[in-house]
Amino acid sequence: MSIPPRSTSGDRPIPAHDGQMPRPDGGVDAGGPASTAPPRRSRWAWLARLWALSTGRFGLIVVAVVVVTAIVARFWTPFDPQQVDIANRWAPPSWPHVLGTDATGRDILSLLMAGARTTVFVAVGAGLIATVIGVALAALGALTVRWVRESVAVFVDILIAFPVLLIAMMISAVWGGSLWVVIWAVGIGFGVNIARVTRPELRRVLHSDFVLAGRASGLTPAQNLWRHLLPNVAPVFIVQLSWGMAVAVLAEAGLSYLGFGAPVTEPSWGLLLAQLQQYIQVHPLSVVWPGLAITFTVLGLNLLGDALREATDPTLSRSPFATRRARLHVPEVVA
Amino acid sequence: MIRYTLTRFALLLLGLLVASVLIFLTLRVLPGDIAQLIGGVNSSPAQIAAIRERLGLDRPLAVQYLEWIGGVLRGDLGRSLLTGTPVIDELAQKAQVTVPLGIMSLLVAVVISVPLGVLSAMRRGHADGTALSVGSQTLAAVPVVWAGMMLVVVFAVWLGWLPAQGFPRAGWSDPAAAFQSLILPALTIGIVEGAMLLRFVRSATLQAVGQDFVRTAAAKGLTRDAALIRHGLPVVGLSVITVLGLQVAGIIVGAVVIEQLFSLPGIGRMLVSDVAARDLPKVQGELLALTGFVLVVGFVVDLVHRVIDPRQREAA
Repeated sequence: MSIPPRSTSGDRPIPAHDGQMPRPDGGVDAGGPASTAPPRRSRWAWLARLWALSTGRFGLIVVAVVVVTAIVARFWTPFDPQQVDIANRWAPPSWPHVLGTDATGRDILSLLMAGARTTVFVAVGAGLIATVIGVALAALGALTVRWVRESVAVFVDILIAFPVLLIAMMISAVWGGSLWVVIWAVGIGFGVNIARVTRPELRRVLHSDFVLAGRASGLTPAQNLWRHLLPNVAPVFIVQLSWGMAVAVLAEAGLSYLGFGAPVTEPSWGLLLAQLQQYIQVHPLSVVWPGLAITFTVLGLNLLGDALREATDPTLSRSPFATRRARLHVPEVVA
Repeated sequence: MIRYTLTRFALLLLGLLVASVLIFLTLRVLPGDIAQLIGGVNSSPAQIAAIRERLGLDRPLAVQYLEWIGGVLRGDLGRSLLTGTPVIDELAQKAQVTVPLGIMSLLVAVVISVPLGVLSAMRRGHADGTALSVGSQTLAAVPVVWAGMMLVVVFAVWLGWLPAQGFPRAGWSDPAAAFQSLILPALTIGIVEGAMLLRFVRSATLQAVGQDFVRTAAAKGLTRDAALIRHGLPVVGLSVITVLGLQVAGIIVGAVVIEQLFSLPGIGRMLVSDVAARDLPKVQGELLALTGFVLVVGFVVDLVHRVIDPRQREAA
């Protein structure tokens, strides 16, 4: 869906989305030869560049592992994650309980696998809400009349000071805690972040030739937005989204730990941490696993975001030294 | 400068206004009926009406908001529904734990991140620089709760050097014990926040290496590292100041979770239990105090940055 900005120089105003670079094999090539073939400007080339970066590979693999685990856990886990088995409580890591069991004999590996479902659900949900809010605010802040634009910008600057956790506590105080609270809080908090980064980008693209050409050739503003503006801010936006999902995973863990996230009947890594913490004096090693799962996922999403930025940065594709220059960019600090 | 200060101050006031309206509306309008919540499901309509009247909920929203804000301006953040104690008094009392915790965390974060961040930038491409970079990237992904648990496992359970939980009942009249009980919590927040700050310092240092004045100094005979340390570090320091506001927000969020983990009687733990107990007037006051604090810190950081950064002065 995203086109790196550099592909725009050859963009025709109409239609931008069909007939993109037919490949000899007729398929979409995500790796291998395309990574070293800049002359053929494919919209999927960024994916190859992503895979070429070690951070990008790591990020993609981690995200794939977590998503696949979540899907598998939907149908199968080694044990029923909520199955109480008092006879086998605190089993050490061994077969068949690979990571051991907890205070009620639940299999920790199964709990972790089931917890991945919750994590993916929250990350995707928060990502969708952040997308809608972010794009809406960015569009309002970039494409409307001046006083609306500037009020939106000020509003976004103010909202950005609200920490996500405090938003979540505010919503929890009213409706009680649930996974939806986490999703909405992170969605709102990160949507504002996305808006702040995307808005100037949208302003910049707005004045580029191909958007003017699109307008001149009779596209309505909505068509222009959909065909030219959004695809060209997509790289900036996807990078933010990846980081936002990392925040969502951390927020879910933190809020579930505090008791404002997943209900006790729902498997969640943060909740598992809270449950295992009670026995930390006696069984200190059991808390290692859920923490590792969270760290691994967050690290994967963070690195994926970093690598996406590197792979889609338009200043990168022109010179072989560009990769080094890009590392010098000061990163936006993620809340 | 005066013009900048005034504009920035206006933005701060606007921010406080928006924050207070959002908090007020979320907690007052959206829950449906706060009186029903207090009275419980089994209360009669007459009881509900009495509660509404006692809390002033029967008056127009705008009036309620203005009364609340009027009170806030006079230093009255409202009263707890459950205990009737003024929120401001409880905040002041709990701040005795949270403020020292926050300051210690910030110190830990800065002491870790600035030297190591500069080092990891200067040693880029070497094994130690890469290790620092990978390590900070990983630590920045660690949930603060888990970092705390791991520190508890090592320093309290295995080594037995520090208490795993709690705060002395005597408070700061027993300074040694009080300080000791804050060490692990402050280390936890400081390490996780410091890992993020380290990444920022690293990028800022790498950027400084490419600056003209550092290159000129190197061309005039300083070694690259000496040029960086003498001429580049002040720039790095300035950019660290710009993210301090974010760091403070991060520390507040960290304190909410970490005070829970370590059973510290601070503002964060109070907020958690008030949210769980649905003590809405109290939550309202606490949230306003916390967001107000974050906004004011942002304002002060911007002003300080403006004053001490020569490039910013020239731009003005």
